[in-house]
Amino acid sequence: MISDRPCRCLLALLVPLLLAGCMSTHDRLLDMDTSQVQLRSIQSRAFDTTDKERTMRAVIATLQDLGFMLDRADYTLGVVTASKGRADIYQLQAPATLRITVTVRPRGERQLLVRASAEYQRSPVTDPKPYQNFFNSLEKAMFLEAHQVD
Amino acid sequence: MGSSLRIGRVLLAGVLLLTGCAAVTLEKDLSLTPELFARRQAQTRRFDTADEQRILRACAALLQDTGFTIDESEARLGVLTASKERDATDAVQVAARLALAMVGISLPPDKDQVMRAFVTTRPAGPEGRQTAVRVVFERFVFDTDGRLTKIEALDDPMIYRSFFEKLAKALFLEAHDF
Repeated sequence: MISDRPCRCLLALLVPLLLAGCMSTHDRLLDMDTSQVQLRSIQSRAFDTTDKERTMRAVIATLQDLGFMLDRADYTLGVVTASKGRADIYQLQAPATLRITVTVRPRGERQLLVRASAEYQRSPVTDPKPYQNFFNSLEKAMFLEAHQVD
Repeated sequence: MGSSLRIGRVLLAGVLLLTGCAAVTLEKDLSLTPELFARRQAQTRRFDTADEQRILRACAALLQDTGFTIDESEARLGVLTASKERDATDAVQVAARLALAMVGISLPPDKDQVMRAFVTTRPAGPEGRQTAVRVVFERFVFDTDGRLTKIEALDDPMIYRSFFEKLAKALFLEAHDF
């Protein structure tokens, strides 16, 4: 006779594992760690211009200056995606990648809203400092001040 | 035999320890530094034409001539990216790795590489009568196990000089330092 205790143990182990599998994919697909409003404010700046082309060109130039390679650029949608990776496993540098998507869209009659969202080592970047650094760099290329938005 | 195993273990431990120190970091990689500006100068030239689209077309043709495939382009924003896959086998490295394998340290040698190019153009000079072109090259290297071993920017000034010389020839224009 086969004792059912090991079977129960196995089942008890398997069920959470199975559940964890579905939950984590679901959570990671649409996850939001910080409140959405707060994250938007960290990631966004308004510029006093309506020149979308010039703004997008400045975004691309800034990313190129920062050593990023362009993955995608679409004027109509106002989207730019770029990534930066460095690795040298012989010099004991593990691959590290930073990906960023920048969107440009009108904000009212006289402004454009630039939003950047970054991903570092397979995690979303929610810390304000890296975004501050990015917008400081972008301000220099735009010759315009980046306004904090709520 | 025992000692080679130990060396292998030490090496492995070293690799594991250092995986924490990443080359790209959130602290420094979104800020402009003087080194980045110096790099921009080496990678940029100005041409005496206001015809940005003509320059972009010439860049696409030049990349195609050198075996690249165009990945992404948005002419309105003056951008173009391209890539090519090539062999990365280095005879010296293969020999060194074979020697290491004999003492029990297995490090597969490099096999393939993907080279990427990223071109931007923009109006420059007085009244936009010139066009500035910037190109950046980098490469990804994979070993015989298909593992990514290296991602590096190609910073040799010769590469950039040669690219702009070829571009100037294609355009029948002189390339000015930025």
